[in-house]
Amino acid sequence: MRYEAVIGLETHAELLTESKLWCRCGTRFGEPPNTQTCPVCLGMPGVLPVLNKRAFELALKAALALHCVINRETFFDRKNYYYPDLPKNYQVSQNYCNLGRDGYLEMSADGGIRRVGIWNVHLEEDAGKNIHVESPGADYSLVDLNRAGVPLLEVVSAPDMHSVEEAEAFMHTLRRLLLYCEVSDCKMQEGSLRFEASVSLRRPGEEKLGSRVEIKNLNSIKAVTRCLAYEIERQSRLLREGGAVEMETRLWDEAGGRSERMRSKERAQDYRYFPEPDLVPFVVDEGWLERVQAEVPELSLGRRRRFVRDHGLSEYDARVLTEERAVADYFEACLAAHNEPKSVANWIMNEVLAILNERKVSIAEFEVPPQRFAELIEAADKGKVTAAAAREILGKMIETGKNAATLIEETGAETIGQEEDLAPIVEQVLAEARKAVQDYLGGKKKAIGALLGQVMRLTGGKADPKLAREILLNRLEEMARQP
Amino acid sequence: MAKPLEELTATAIRDAFLRRERSARSIVEEQFAILKEREVAVGAFLTVMQEEALARADALDRKLADGAQMGKLAGIPVAVKDNICTRGVATTCASRILEGYVPPYDAHVVERLIEEDAVIIGKTNMDEFAMGSSTENSAFKLTRNPWDRERIPGGSSGGSAAAVAARMAPLALGSDTGGSIRQPAGLCGVVGLKPTYGRVSRYGLVAFASSLDQIGPLARTAGDTALLLEAIAPRDGRDSTCTDREVPDYVEALEQPISGLTFGLPGEFFIEGGLDREVARALEQARRCYEALGVRFRDISLPHSRIDVEDGQLSSYAVACYYILCTAEASSNLARYDGVRYGHRSDERGDIIEMYSRTRGEGFGEEVKRRIMLGTHALSSGYYDAYYLRAGRVRRLIQSDFERAWEQVDLVFAPVSPTPAFRIGEKADDPLAMYLSDIFTISCNLAGICGISVPCGFSSEGLPVALQLMGRHWDEERLLAAAHAYQIHTDWHKRAPALEGG
Repeated sequence: MRYEAVIGLETHAELLTESKLWCRCGTRFGEPPNTQTCPVCLGMPGVLPVLNKRAFELALKAALALHCVINRETFFDRKNYYYPDLPKNYQVSQNYCNLGRDGYLEMSADGGIRRVGIWNVHLEEDAGKNIHVESPGADYSLVDLNRAGVPLLEVVSAPDMHSVEEAEAFMHTLRRLLLYCEVSDCKMQEGSLRFEASVSLRRPGEEKLGSRVEIKNLNSIKAVTRCLAYEIERQSRLLREGGAVEMETRLWDEAGGRSERMRSKERAQDYRYFPEPDLVPFVVDEGWLERVQAEVPELSLGRRRRFVRDHGLSEYDARVLTEERAVADYFEACLAAHNEPKSVANWIMNEVLAILNERKVSIAEFEVPPQRFAELIEAADKGKVTAAAAREILGKMIETGKNAATLIEETGAETIGQEEDLAPIVEQVLAEARKAVQDYLGGKKKAIGALLGQVMRLTGGKADPKLAREILLNRLEEMARQP
Repeated sequence: MAKPLEELTATAIRDAFLRRERSARSIVEEQFAILKEREVAVGAFLTVMQEEALARADALDRKLADGAQMGKLAGIPVAVKDNICTRGVATTCASRILEGYVPPYDAHVVERLIEEDAVIIGKTNMDEFAMGSSTENSAFKLTRNPWDRERIPGGSSGGSAAAVAARMAPLALGSDTGGSIRQPAGLCGVVGLKPTYGRVSRYGLVAFASSLDQIGPLARTAGDTALLLEAIAPRDGRDSTCTDREVPDYVEALEQPISGLTFGLPGEFFIEGGLDREVARALEQARRCYEALGVRFRDISLPHSRIDVEDGQLSSYAVACYYILCTAEASSNLARYDGVRYGHRSDERGDIIEMYSRTRGEGFGEEVKRRIMLGTHALSSGYYDAYYLRAGRVRRLIQSDFERAWEQVDLVFAPVSPTPAFRIGEKADDPLAMYLSDIFTISCNLAGICGISVPCGFSSEGLPVALQLMGRHWDEERLLAAAHAYQIHTDWHKRAPALEGG
């Protein structure tokens, strides 16, 4: 018996703000413990929160990009629970009136487009970090509150996914969306993107949902995919063996590759949500909404479709180029200077992305601006330089920062494309490569390759290969006619 | 030559300082002489800041000598309730859980006092975390009513009210969540004002119930009250619930005529059996005084602030609604006292849950624990709608009762407290009876409006009785003008308790 999985995901993304959600402390990652703190984010007696407007705006932007209905007047709620990394022992979040609701995320799956429902999008504060002292005999933990109060976006999906692959596609697509919108850096190794999953199983065709299991502590897309596979298998086995799945919350252990029960349904936490009385309701007016809406960029899927439709790219090329917003931007900036989409796409994919990949850097760090790169591609497309020469010039552009025209000039890389320039070289090759000439005249037509290679060698690769071949063939034909 | 300090109003002390009749040092020295003489008998202070105050007085004397522009409160000694944060000076909320806690920052109102050149002389006793009506819930000491040392001074700002009544400070700051400024002011025979919610920044006020708490002034006269309010009211961006409105000139507003105003008498507050007879009589006299000043009285109804008397037991919607909302907020506000970062931490070793429960078990007093439990229950899933949400609806009904009243009257005239100060220990074991001593003050906090308590007589036992005036949002000016007009024509506020040493 095969079961159908029903999967929902909660995604937490740290927002890209300079300062925290309720105070002016910085949000940089990796600073010495407790150095980015103040009375407010330490939860000292008597402090009050003041909302960081930029954080609200970024969350709004994400909600709009996810096609959410925006609640024009929203407020924050307190979620009460005790944990040493939570200075006030309540987290200011949204529960009764989220900033955005009832949206969707479009993703490509199974060769088509799928929509996954978004139940709500809201803003909340992050907690700090407990550091468990490992040294022998230590009976205490340390708390680092640098992260306490950093703005977090929470995106709650509908339980619309039915396989590990769909969940994976959802996470990658959502991550791309957040990066495209520049609301989060989504650095999983720095904890900027974290997940919680809920999984239940049911017989195919059945409407009713099975008992739901929630899994926490998922700190990467890979952890979620591993955990989902594990959980689906665990629940299937329970059901196959005639048992029942219990509603519970489990904790994923990435190192061990397994999950463990954290608490059962009976011990479910009561967060005692109530409206945060230290903040006033927040009103999103029409003008603000329009301004933020205008900031929402074309997202990867839309852009991919446009690249295929308007630029005639293949699906594959369009996908590679839209994977990252900055790469797609670079591509279009090149097109603005040299409108040959197929050629520009090839150059970016074969050369630029290869270089970036090797250096493990992003396109933001690529030294050649799109305008200059376009000039080089144009020179190659027009036969001013050969492809091989252009590749070498690209290397020199990166090294020296000079433009293509200067480097072509300086290195004399310009293609030898005039018959009078090339003819003497062809004569020299015919005179020297007697063996190959004999072979050709004797019927081994493939020998032309060796002769052409010789011409290229003598010209340092600058000979226009088409012209050189033409001259060679003409001369060989003449030689064949003259006994 | 000069009058003794204790006979001077805060305004007069400042003027004497600015006219160079008295140095700040002499003011502060004399103030501490009085304070020390009476502290044993009254027990108003948790921390006395003599050294800091004298250093500050010297700095003010130099500043004046340099010809610098001086602040509104120049040279005036001010006492501050111990739930208001003072940088470098212990702020305990009269709780063991914050014993020895020294804040790293000043509350907005403390910054304002310093900017206006006041001299902070100490931190006053209170009910633990402002939860109580008698100051008996302090973990550290008992504060006695200067008019009768066997009686409570009221609460929770009992230390501040007693200090002003005993002339140990001309001005004091208190906080009022359900009557905690007005009730002790009334029971100690001084003026206490609860500003409109949002008028004074709460930044640095240790939260009890965020949607109700408000810092306000206590003084002997309406004029001094206006002066202190003006100093603390300016806008503060660190409190999101604080208003952007300009601060009116409250001192100037004192002279506004009150003739022709209409005061409302809420029938619900003047019911048979709801009010001590002597209190009722004093209020009746005050009413006649106001009528003589040209004020018209009109019966109004505040149906949702109704008080019921059944078999001698009082009950009230407002009190019920208040104790759900304030305990709910308190249960969350007080969650941060966990022993992790500051304050008391239990010495007993154990896991984190044990650390929490031992720390909080040892650190909090009975009443605080009771309210945390009540509030936790009110917010629990399954009870939230029936308690918290319903209390919120009652709160809105109470608010709209006042909205309707303002269509007919300018101010509401009411008692502050059903009885004069009760005996120490009298209600200590009966929390419900204690809760009902706020029966006339709670509606004002729930509605978010402003209210003032003004001395209006004495009981046959010599205990102060007070009247309460409540005004529209942001109408502190009229409240102060009405209080001032009354004080011009009466001398209740000029009497001083007899306090001979300890």
